[in-house]
Amino acid sequence: MSTPVLIVVLLALTALAYFLGRQRSVALASGVGGVRHLHSLPSYYGSYAALWALLPALVVLGLWIAFESTVVAELVVLDLPAETQQLPPDRLGLVVNDIRNLAAGNVVSRAVTPDLQAAADHLRSLQGTARAALAVVVLALGIVGAGIAWRQISPRLRARNRVEAIVTALLIICSTIAIFTTIGIVLSVLFESIRFFSVVPITEFLFGLDWSPQMALREDQAGSSGAFGAIPLFTGTLLISGIAMLVAVPIGLMSAVYLSEYASREFRAIAKPVLEILAGIPTVVYGFFAALTVAPFVRDAGGFFGLDVASESALAAGLVMGIMIIPFVSSLSDDVINAVPQAMRDAAYALGATQSETVRQVILPAALPGIVGSVLLAVSRAIGETMIVVMAAGLSAKLTANPLDSVTTVTVQIVTLLVGDQEFDSPKTLAAFALGLVLFVVTLGLNVLALHVVRKYREQYE
Amino acid sequence: MSDRTPATNEPPRRRTLEAVSASLPKRYARERRFRLLGRLAVLLGLVFVGLLFLSIIANGYTGFRQTYLRLPVTFDQDLLDPEGKRDPATLRGADYAALVKKSLQAAFPEVSGRSELRELFGLVSSGAEYQLMDMVAADPSLIGTTQDVWLIASDDIDMVAKGHIDRDVAEGERRVNDRALGWLDALDQKGAVKTRFNKAFFTNGDSREPELAGIGGAVAGSFYTLLVCLLLAFPIGVAAAVYLEEFAPKNRWTDLIEVNINNLAAVPSIVFGLLGLAVLINFFGMPRSAPIVGGLVLALMVLPTIIIAGRAALKSVPPSIREAALGVGASKMQTVFHHVLPLAMPGMLTGMIIGMAHALGETAPLLMIGMVAFVVDVPHGFFDPSTLLPVQIFLWADSPERAFVEKTAAAIIVLLAFLIAMNALAVLLRRHFERRW
Repeated sequence: MSTPVLIVVLLALTALAYFLGRQRSVALASGVGGVRHLHSLPSYYGSYAALWALLPALVVLGLWIAFESTVVAELVVLDLPAETQQLPPDRLGLVVNDIRNLAAGNVVSRAVTPDLQAAADHLRSLQGTARAALAVVVLALGIVGAGIAWRQISPRLRARNRVEAIVTALLIICSTIAIFTTIGIVLSVLFESIRFFSVVPITEFLFGLDWSPQMALREDQAGSSGAFGAIPLFTGTLLISGIAMLVAVPIGLMSAVYLSEYASREFRAIAKPVLEILAGIPTVVYGFFAALTVAPFVRDAGGFFGLDVASESALAAGLVMGIMIIPFVSSLSDDVINAVPQAMRDAAYALGATQSETVRQVILPAALPGIVGSVLLAVSRAIGETMIVVMAAGLSAKLTANPLDSVTTVTVQIVTLLVGDQEFDSPKTLAAFALGLVLFVVTLGLNVLALHVVRKYREQYE
Repeated sequence: MSDRTPATNEPPRRRTLEAVSASLPKRYARERRFRLLGRLAVLLGLVFVGLLFLSIIANGYTGFRQTYLRLPVTFDQDLLDPEGKRDPATLRGADYAALVKKSLQAAFPEVSGRSELRELFGLVSSGAEYQLMDMVAADPSLIGTTQDVWLIASDDIDMVAKGHIDRDVAEGERRVNDRALGWLDALDQKGAVKTRFNKAFFTNGDSREPELAGIGGAVAGSFYTLLVCLLLAFPIGVAAAVYLEEFAPKNRWTDLIEVNINNLAAVPSIVFGLLGLAVLINFFGMPRSAPIVGGLVLALMVLPTIIIAGRAALKSVPPSIREAALGVGASKMQTVFHHVLPLAMPGMLTGMIIGMAHALGETAPLLMIGMVAFVVDVPHGFFDPSTLLPVQIFLWADSPERAFVEKTAAAIIVLLAFLIAMNALAVLLRRHFERRW
């Protein structure tokens, strides 16, 4: 029985349990003088039975699916000839992969020996057994669960309280998923990073000036020993983010000031949503725009002034990233500017200040912490931005501060290291996780700082 | 003021007034400059929006049309069905490429020599033979007759016909040489060249040939992925929002959850891709390139958005509703699920649509979990290898052929249309169901 069919059957069983539970409660109630003598409404008895039928079976189904392939592979390995079992883990992994492919009828990377064929047959039979056993176990659990609930149902059973307790537990589990996601992120990047740092010292990674992640395929190969000094990536990221902020902060801040202090209601009603369109456009579209329109324009403009501009210049990527970030700066600054109490404006006007003097000498200083917070959030967004730089920035890690040169960023390197064929024990792929760790830590730090600053500021005026 | 004598009081006040009056023009000028700067900033932002859309539309609108060439094709009995049995297997296996070549040669009998012939055959796309195959499969009685057929032109010819390849450029720097241009013009004079709506663009999967490549597969992949994302993220997000807003006690544990959700909302999307790669693919051994994995990763990514929007929606339901329900004897759970949640639902749906729009446009985490594969088939399930609309855009943007530029831009137009529709739906929902309490 395939998994979708099994789930449908299980759901049908659940529905059946609901009706039986409900019916039984009504039947029992008629013996003691009507439904009003039940502790809970009949539908709660039905729900109680349905939950008993569904939840244990569903938990087992989930765990089974998650671990089936691993356990089956272990069992197959145990039956392999002894010399194959002695292989190092990575070679053994390849063998297991081949067995899987052979069992699924796909192309295999090595000659099919009788041993391999036997293992594949074994795997296939194990998979068949596992499927059948899964269906039996899940359905049996469903029926047994429904039976237990059926036996428990009596007019004095506190069904509503029990159902509500179960639902509360489910709600709590759902709300903790955010925590598990964070833990998952931290563990996944941390483990691979620790493996990486056992090959490449952490000091070399953080302070090295040379980045060329190509590893030698053969021992005697020249010129590609692999260097993992990430400083050029960090400077490249900072350069592009810096250009982006130079575009986004003045434009975003000034338009926020203009829209909240000067613009008429009608103009604001049109201009604000139009500017916010920029925030909803997918980054891959910006990437295409950068590569197709902006980069050639920047190169031609540079050529016009006699400057030598790389075709994947940091300037083009930074400019487009800046355009993308404008709405972040402007809508966040708009919020904080609007939060400045009207009394402060009125006081400034009463002293005879012009509108711009009020903005510059009263409102902006008062809103400064909030603006700093929104700029920090925008910086973290710029550092983590991927598609624009993947499509418009370069691949070569250069240690330069020249915006007309091509640089590469942390996110570009993560993508280039992990897209395509990869082996999971080479420092090359592990380096991507180390970069991911740096990215996660830096953006997390910026966000915590920004939220802290903004919250401090809000409290001041509330 | 009180210690000043009346005698010395008058002159300084006049001097202040004068000083203020004298400085006024300067201050007003500064005011005007500031205002101009503000207007300039807004205008610049609007110009960027306009420029972006203009550049995409100008590049992409021709992508919805495709050039066809009309050629008389003789459905040769000896070539297609030498035994005359009209067996579908024989008909499918026949050499339709030869039919195309023959009809091209018949149209331009003066062409000879290997390289020239190859150029001639290059006028028509390699998809033309499948076009003929489908025609014969649909109507075997065509065999033995000669028909005028509109065949798909190759991408270079398509580009020339749409004016994307400049005829004035020196021949050596042009993708299409003068000879091919001559043939095209000859056909054009006979009225045998036309562009029509490119239906294949919406139904086909990816292809190495730009004129055959379509977004059908990518749209289907996006659909399955978003379905997984929706089925996971919406119930979990609603449940989490309900718990945090209605049930959770104020303590360190719930504070921790809140801080976590706020931080996750700002984690770069590519990090979610690393999570998917390390946990879902390497640890749990899930298949690469499958919509189920993509949907899971995107669900984790949009969950914070949905939870935050859901909590805001619940917060906007006034406490009087809860008190009334509790007052007539409903339990806390009944109050929430029978009264508060239905009233908060429009707000939650709005948040969900915005979250889904975000997920639809996301690319970076999908690159990490192998959804950049070249997939020709349209996926039919949650486990089929597939690609998504934004990833398809990324792949095409990387392709060197000129014709892929317009395909990329056309795919972007489709993506933006989906996004605009979703956001418009969210706005409509909000307008329609918004309640002032």
